[in-house]
Amino acid sequence: MTPVLELVDLEVRYGSVPALRGISLVVERGEIVTLLGANGAGKTTTLRTISGLHRAHSGRIVFNGRSIEALAAHDVVGIGVGHVPEGRRIFPRMSVLENLEMGAYRRRGELKDDLERIFQLFPVLGERRRQDGGTLSGGEQQMLAIGRAMMSHPDVLLLDEPSMGLAPLVVKAIFSIIDQIRADGTTILLVEQNATQALQLADRGYVLENGEIVMSGPSEEILGDQRIRAAYLGEGAAS
Amino acid sequence: MCFTTNFWPFLVQGLADGFLYALIALGYTLVYGVLQLINFAHSEVFMSGGFASYFVLEALIGTSQPHGMASVGYVAIGIGAGAFGGALVAFLLERVAYRPLRRRNAPRLAFLISAIGGSYFIYNLAGKEFGRNALEIPAPFLNGPAFTLFGATIQTDYVVVAICAIAMLIIVDRVVAMTRLGKGIRAVAQDAETASLMGVNINRVISQTFVIGGLLGGAAGFLFGLNFGVAYTMGFTPALKAFTAAVLGGIGNIRGAVLGGLLLGVIENLSVTCIGANWRDVVAFGILVAVLLVRPTGILGERLGRSA
Repeated sequence: MTPVLELVDLEVRYGSVPALRGISLVVERGEIVTLLGANGAGKTTTLRTISGLHRAHSGRIVFNGRSIEALAAHDVVGIGVGHVPEGRRIFPRMSVLENLEMGAYRRRGELKDDLERIFQLFPVLGERRRQDGGTLSGGEQQMLAIGRAMMSHPDVLLLDEPSMGLAPLVVKAIFSIIDQIRADGTTILLVEQNATQALQLADRGYVLENGEIVMSGPSEEILGDQRIRAAYLGEGAAS
Repeated sequence: MCFTTNFWPFLVQGLADGFLYALIALGYTLVYGVLQLINFAHSEVFMSGGFASYFVLEALIGTSQPHGMASVGYVAIGIGAGAFGGALVAFLLERVAYRPLRRRNAPRLAFLISAIGGSYFIYNLAGKEFGRNALEIPAPFLNGPAFTLFGATIQTDYVVVAICAIAMLIIVDRVVAMTRLGKGIRAVAQDAETASLMGVNINRVISQTFVIGGLLGGAAGFLFGLNFGVAYTMGFTPALKAFTAAVLGGIGNIRGAVLGGLLLGVIENLSVTCIGANWRDVVAFGILVAVLLVRPTGILGERLGRSA
């Protein structure tokens, strides 16, 4: 079976500064794959390049067997890539309902069943459907951002630091919903700084450092690696 | 004293002017919403609408004297022709003067210069092609007293301007609030990059926004031309006032543009009767500065604009 998403030797530059130095990774259908690394390692750049917000300097992005690195951002969502951007980026002066409708912008027809499904996943969004997105709490905004991306029926959901700035209990709730979304059939590529929790959720992980992949493997393997534990999981930093 | 004898006629005149300002102001405010750019060439979009309606009505009406239902039809045709002319020029302006700069990530100043350049180009082209003198639009209806209100005689053309403007303002407000197109415009205004992640084609939305602004501005050019005729210079002052109105109400805010337009029109005209005709613009712009000192984002604030 072909992987749902594959990056082949992907290189991205900001001007002459390399941000990604030829990374390759594979996401199989039905997986949760996490992309770990410090600030500035290139995690967000990777997701943004997949979505067409940045252009690849070289290398390929293959989605369902098709090269998509030349596709415009507004077309990438149409072929089945949902993106929950860093910092949630909900539309603050649109209602919760309108934010969700924006997620289905490329689809015509009835949204009732989709909205129903989102409100089942996130009951609080149903209660607040008339409220402006900007008035929601951080956790609710994250749920809205995820729900909005799910409205496009993505094959792959790109999640950029869904735990950022949220209380531990809220993070736990959101991670369990991510697991639920995967169980419902959506493949997930998860970028996280919160490495321990991300690895507990994910099947496999990649570790990025200065725009290069320095380690990859099943989550338990990365969790067990001494160097990674020291560098990213907050252990042994004092020694 | 001015609030007794001359109040009502000047209030009505002020509202009529204000509706025109509002129609033009929407073009500024919508484009500012999606691009954070003041389209300084919008004055010439307005002028182009005036000329488009002049040529169409000149061909259709000529020297005849329409009345009754024919008048309604000709007003509708005038609005349509003005709107089409304005939209066409606005669309081309965006394609030629702004989009290439966007593609190259040009600095803000380049857009401003391009706007001024586009404005002068259209202005001078119209002056050369259509002559330097004002042309009178053939009257689609017989102007005269329509009815009296508190002792003030209301002329038919005020009624026409008001009805047309109110209808267009309501339509635009609803389009932006409820349609897919309107949601795309608001999404781009609030967060363009995220809008593109939702599948919104930003360039297309920007084009559509210019066209909507052009439709309204061009129609306003016709309504203005009914009273004052059309000339290549007609755009400058009304558009400057409309820009002022947009800032007064809160640039980027649709209802703010309408409120700002009406306020500016009324204040201007009341200052004519209360203080003196020479004070008209002094008072209007004095109030603008005073409002901005207290509320820098305008009366209703920036609501379409960037996310907080």
